[in-house]
Order: sequence, then C-alpha cells, then structure tokens
Amino acid sequence: MFKIVSKKELNEAVTMLEIEAPFVAKKAKAGQFIIFRVDEYSERVPLTIADYDREKGTVTVIFQKVGLSTKLLGAKKEGESITDFVGPLGVATDYENFKKVAVIGGGVGCAIAYPQAKALHKMGVEVDVIVGFRNKDIVILEDEMKAVSTNYYLTTDDGSYGEKGFVTDKLKSLIEAGNNYDAVIAIGPIPMMKFVSIATKPYDIKTIVSLNPIMIDGTGMCGGCRVTVGGKIKFACVDGPDFDGHKVDFDELMNRNSIYKEREAEEAQTHICRLTGEKR
Amino acid sequence: MPNMNTTKMKMPEQAPDIRNKNFEEVALGYTEQMAIEEAQRCLNCKHKPCVSGCPVNVRIPEFIAEVAKGEFLKAYEVITTTNALPAVCGRVCPQESQCEAKCVRGVKGEPVAIGRLERFVADWYMEHHGNIMPQKPASNGKKVAIIGSGPSGLACAGDLAKLGYDVTIFEAFHTAGGVLVYGIPEFRLPKAIVQKEIDKLSAMGVNVMTNMVIGKVLSIDELLEDMDFHAIFIGSGAGLPSFMGIEGEALVGVYSANEYLTRINLMKSYIEQYDTPIKKSKAVAVVGGGNVAMDAARCAKRLGAEHVYIVYRRSEVEMPARLEEIHHAKEEGIAFHFLRNPVKILNDGTGKVCGIECQVMELGEPDASGRRRPIAVEGSNYVLDVDTVVMSIGTSPNPLIRSTTEGLETNKKGCLIVNEDTNETTRQGIYAGGDAVTGAATVILAMGAGKKAAKSIDEYLKNA
Repeated sequence: MFKIVSKKELNEAVTMLEIEAPFVAKKAKAGQFIIFRVDEYSERVPLTIADYDREKGTVTVIFQKVGLSTKLLGAKKEGESITDFVGPLGVATDYENFKKVAVIGGGVGCAIAYPQAKALHKMGVEVDVIVGFRNKDIVILEDEMKAVSTNYYLTTDDGSYGEKGFVTDKLKSLIEAGNNYDAVIAIGPIPMMKFVSIATKPYDIKTIVSLNPIMIDGTGMCGGCRVTVGGKIKFACVDGPDFDGHKVDFDELMNRNSIYKEREAEEAQTHICRLTGEKR
Repeated sequence: MPNMNTTKMKMPEQAPDIRNKNFEEVALGYTEQMAIEEAQRCLNCKHKPCVSGCPVNVRIPEFIAEVAKGEFLKAYEVITTTNALPAVCGRVCPQESQCEAKCVRGVKGEPVAIGRLERFVADWYMEHHGNIMPQKPASNGKKVAIIGSGPSGLACAGDLAKLGYDVTIFEAFHTAGGVLVYGIPEFRLPKAIVQKEIDKLSAMGVNVMTNMVIGKVLSIDELLEDMDFHAIFIGSGAGLPSFMGIEGEALVGVYSANEYLTRINLMKSYIEQYDTPIKKSKAVAVVGGGNVAMDAARCAKRLGAEHVYIVYRRSEVEMPARLEEIHHAKEEGIAFHFLRNPVKILNDGTGKVCGIECQVMELGEPDASGRRRPIAVEGSNYVLDVDTVVMSIGTSPNPLIRSTTEGLETNKKGCLIVNEDTNETTRQGIYAGGDAVTGAATVILAMGAGKKAAKSIDEYLKNA
C-alpha cells in the first residue's frame, strides 16, 4: 500500500498528491512516469512524475480528474493509501548540452513541464517558460514555475489573465524576436504539442514532446501505447514517453486514444461509485 | 489386471454452448472413481518411457500406481518430489508432445491420461489438505533474489526456500504469477490455484515484492551490491510482443495478444465491477496458431463476439497449440482459416478496423525449424470483415534487464545466454531460466529451468 502524505487542490479539476514510495523516489528523474492503481478493482493508469523528494521518500503527481480512475484517486484523503504505485518508468528526458530552452506547458501539462523546467534551471540552463490555459480560473503552478524560469510567459485563450492567445503564438513571437532556443520542450494536449511541433519545424529547432497514449503495464509487454515515430512503431512506455515532435504521427495518437471513449462516457452516466454508492 | 480400454477415460466438461459464454473452467476434472479406472490403464512399464518425456521427470508410473490403489495422498507426495505445481502442469502442459507422446499405450489406442491424473491428484490434495501450509525451513542465512514471478521464478523460489535460503521475488506487475495470471485465462487455469501456490511459497518464508520493475527501480548490480543478495535468478520471461509490420496495425481495434489477454485475465475487464475497459467486438480475427492465439480467440467469443476467426499461415498439423485447446476452440465455434496470411488491416475511414485482407498460402519445402514454409498464392487475396484484430504471432524477451546489466550476454534474438548444465549466465552468481533464455516456450520447461537453476545456485553458494 502507498500512503498519501499530502494533498492539495490546485484548481477545481486538478489535484496534487504527494505519495510515499521510497523506491520510486530514489530513482525518479524528470520525464519519467509512474502507474497507479487505486484499489483491487481499478485500472492501471500512468501519470508523469511532477516532483520527488529522495530524502522523504515521496513522489508528487498532479492530475486532472477527467475519468473514473482519476476521480477515484482525487477522492482519496491525506493519510489514506492506494494499492499500487509502480515506477519510475520510461526514459528520462535527455538534455544534451542545451544552453537555452523554451519549456511549454498546456493546462495540466504544466505539471509535467514543471519538473523539466526545474531540472534545466538547476543545471544552469536559461529557461523560458510559456504556459497556456483556457482561462484565469484554471491557472496552476504559477509561483513554482516562476521560481525555475528565466522568463515566464502566461497566456489564456480568452485573455482573462496574462496575454490573450495560444502558447504557439507566444512561442513564434519569441523566436521571431531573436531568441535562439536549442530546444523546445512541449507538454500538454495532443493538438497543442502537434501545433508547437509544426511551429518550430521551419526554424529547425529540436522539439521534444511527452506523449500520453493509453497504457496498461508500462513495461513494454503489451504495445498498447504504441506510437509511430519517424515511420517506425515505438512503445511510449519504454522508448519514451519523450519523442522528437517533428517525427511523431499525432493524428494517429489522437485516434488511438479515442478507443474507449464510448465506454468512458457510458461509465460517467451509469457507473456506481464504490466509495459512496452513488452514480458518478 | 490392467484396464485394457483403448481410449482415455473422458473428462467431464462444460457443454460448448454454455461455456463459450462464461469464464469458468471448461474441463471439470476426474472423480475419484474415474481417476482410479484411468490409472488402471497404466502398464507400469519397467523402462518408463513417459518419464523421459516429462521435462521435470515426474515419477509417473509410481504416482499412477498409487492412484490406482486409491492412495491419493501418497500419489501427491510422489509427484511433488519433482514438480512443485502439479495443478498447473496437469492443466496446461502439452502432454501430447511430452509424457503422453512416449506412453506405450499410445501405440495401439490412446495413451494414459497422465496430465488428467496429475491434475486430479493435485486438486484432490488441495481439496483435502489444501489448508495445510508448509513449514518455514530453518534459515541458512543466505539471500537469493528472483526476478519475475512466473513459472520459472516460482519453481526456483520454492526449491531454494526448502533449502533454507532467504528468497525474495521481485515482480513488475501488481499480482504475482506471470503468464499464469495475465496470460492463461481462468477457463483453462483458475487463478485461485495460482494464488494457493504463491501462498504456500509465502508460508515457506518467500518474500514477494510486487510493483518492482527490475532494471528501472533497482538494477541487478544494486541487488548484489546494495541489497546484499548472494545470487540472482532471472526469470523475466519473453513478454515483448511482435507485430507484423503491415499497414493498419495502428488502427483502433488492433491489439497484441498480450494486451488483449492482460486486460481480460489480469485486469478482469470481463467482470462489470472492474474498471479496465476492453473493446466490445462483433467479429474478431486472431492472427497466429499457438496457445496464446487459442486463448485470445476463446476469450473474444466469451466477450460476446459473433464471429471469431483464427488466421494461421500454415496448416492445422503445424499448429503449436495444445491439441485439447484446438479441439475446445472448435467446439466453441471458433472458425479456423488455415494457410492464410494477413497482408493489410483495413480502415473504416474513421481510424477503426473494418476488415483484414488475407492471402492464401501453400506449403513449400521445410525451413530451418523443420516446418514446411508457407508461400503466398498470387492473386488469392480476400477480405474478412472484422472490427477487431488480435496479433498473436509470438513474443521475445524484454530488453529491460539485459540493457541495464553489464556483462549479461544474449543471443541475436535477445535471449540470455546460459551454461546449459548450470543455467548460469555469462556473469558469475547470476542465473537465468524459462522464456528469458529459450524465448516463448512452455510452463513446464520454465519450471524445469527454475529447478535446475535452484540446484546450481545451491551448489554455488554452498561452496562460496
């Protein structure tokens, strides 16, 4: 069993949990992920590691309550436990010899972009953070991100906070203003990562994206998470989750992620909650 | 006088039309009377050819003689001197190519039903003495780590624990058992049996640590250096699925058999209460001809698919699946398309599978494996209308451990290289066995390798 040491609601839909998992905490690196299972009936769901404390033996995850499992996890209270928490999985992000990097976070993707920015900042790299949200109410990790960035830019789709527009607009204007980025790291919804990759292609800037296909085991034994990268089949759980954004088939990934849409929608209507006995 | 019936005692089974709608065990097992009668078919040959056909050399005529006398407990004791998992092996071994292939009674008629008798004895023991847990042997103070809790790891752990070693099994999944829990379905191997075996190991002091992906959370070298293990056994299996590399394999509705079976068996997606989803299919094509393909096809049928096809590129005689499973699959309404090879999976226009294009094959000369090589017949392509495709064309060892451990040599298929006499790898003190060494094979071969490695580890540590 894995104990929840602390819990914080970052906004209405996004929750942060610090979980006691000493083995995972000891080895975790930015870009890697874990798989959790809430109880014996639950499915296995991947979440990227948002932070870790090797001394305390804890790992932090930040997630959006979008479906059954994330709602179950979000309903857990401080001091309660979940049955399974396995990791660190996947390959850590390779920072090569970057001097200046733009880290882009879309919505809850900021939770995954944060450890990247933090790691780069710690290495002495110049980090421009560009984050985007639909509106002011769902902004997360503002102070944390500012603390690890050289420049921090915030956009909202409706202009209710920061600059109005998309992260891609901001990125393009920064590139055009003469910022020479060695790499762009983009993490967020698939369309956002796709459009960032399209935006950086003409400038030939190395673009790293963190993919989020459906997973079961997370150890390379099923291929459920397969993605096409540069025309080849890759398993995101062992070869990734980071890939070269210019080579990823984003449309295929989006299609594959839709496989259980109907079942999920049905579940949202009819599933009986194991915690409360209510329909969820 | 021996029973000179030329046929095996039939085993009671669920009716095909009923069982293809549930996940309960198909074969129901012998009664005591049936077992005694079948045991009397054994001629108790002096030269015991059956024993040489068994990878762990179960003392077959001896245990069968006890069954014939109604001494089931004694029969169990005979079996378990060499086989730790008789309830599993009696159910899943391909006896027709092992012990029963060598049975003298098989020359004129059917061989003695050795597998069914082994299963009977194990089930009888579990029913009458199953709650008696083994004693924890006195510790010899030496620690051995086992990587993987499949059949090879369980067998190795059991033998070492009996000898007093302090054994820890590291399992990547949340449940121990390997292919016995995620691969082989409940209707062929009830999971309660596997759990009972693991409980017995725990009673002997074996520590099972789940959620531990060795190669990620801890390396082999860390186990040796930081955690003070004196020896290691790698039984990590061959879990990496192969795909064909044909057009359309990334469409929604294409699964590897590993994913399909893991969702069903480990995650129990066929039971309402469990959260893991699985696609509801109308028509399913399973590509391949092994046990895994049979399991996937029979699961698909049980999940309600109206049409389930096995698409296999050779003919029926070359199929590697257990005869009994092929027979059961046919009874359950699985359609077999022999000498057919998929060339393309078709897109319905929205990214979902709507068919599989196959070509007709004919058999040519034998290839390196000794099986006749299938050759495509020009212009023979046709389409099977399906909404789901399950690829079951084989697996290979996962590279995670070999890629994170220096000095561990593998062959070109990624299988660990071991000394055939001792099962030691190219590194001292590190042993391996099962599918991680042989590539995908059988449960009993994996168990045999686990036992052999346990013996070598004991010799190595006694002299260390």
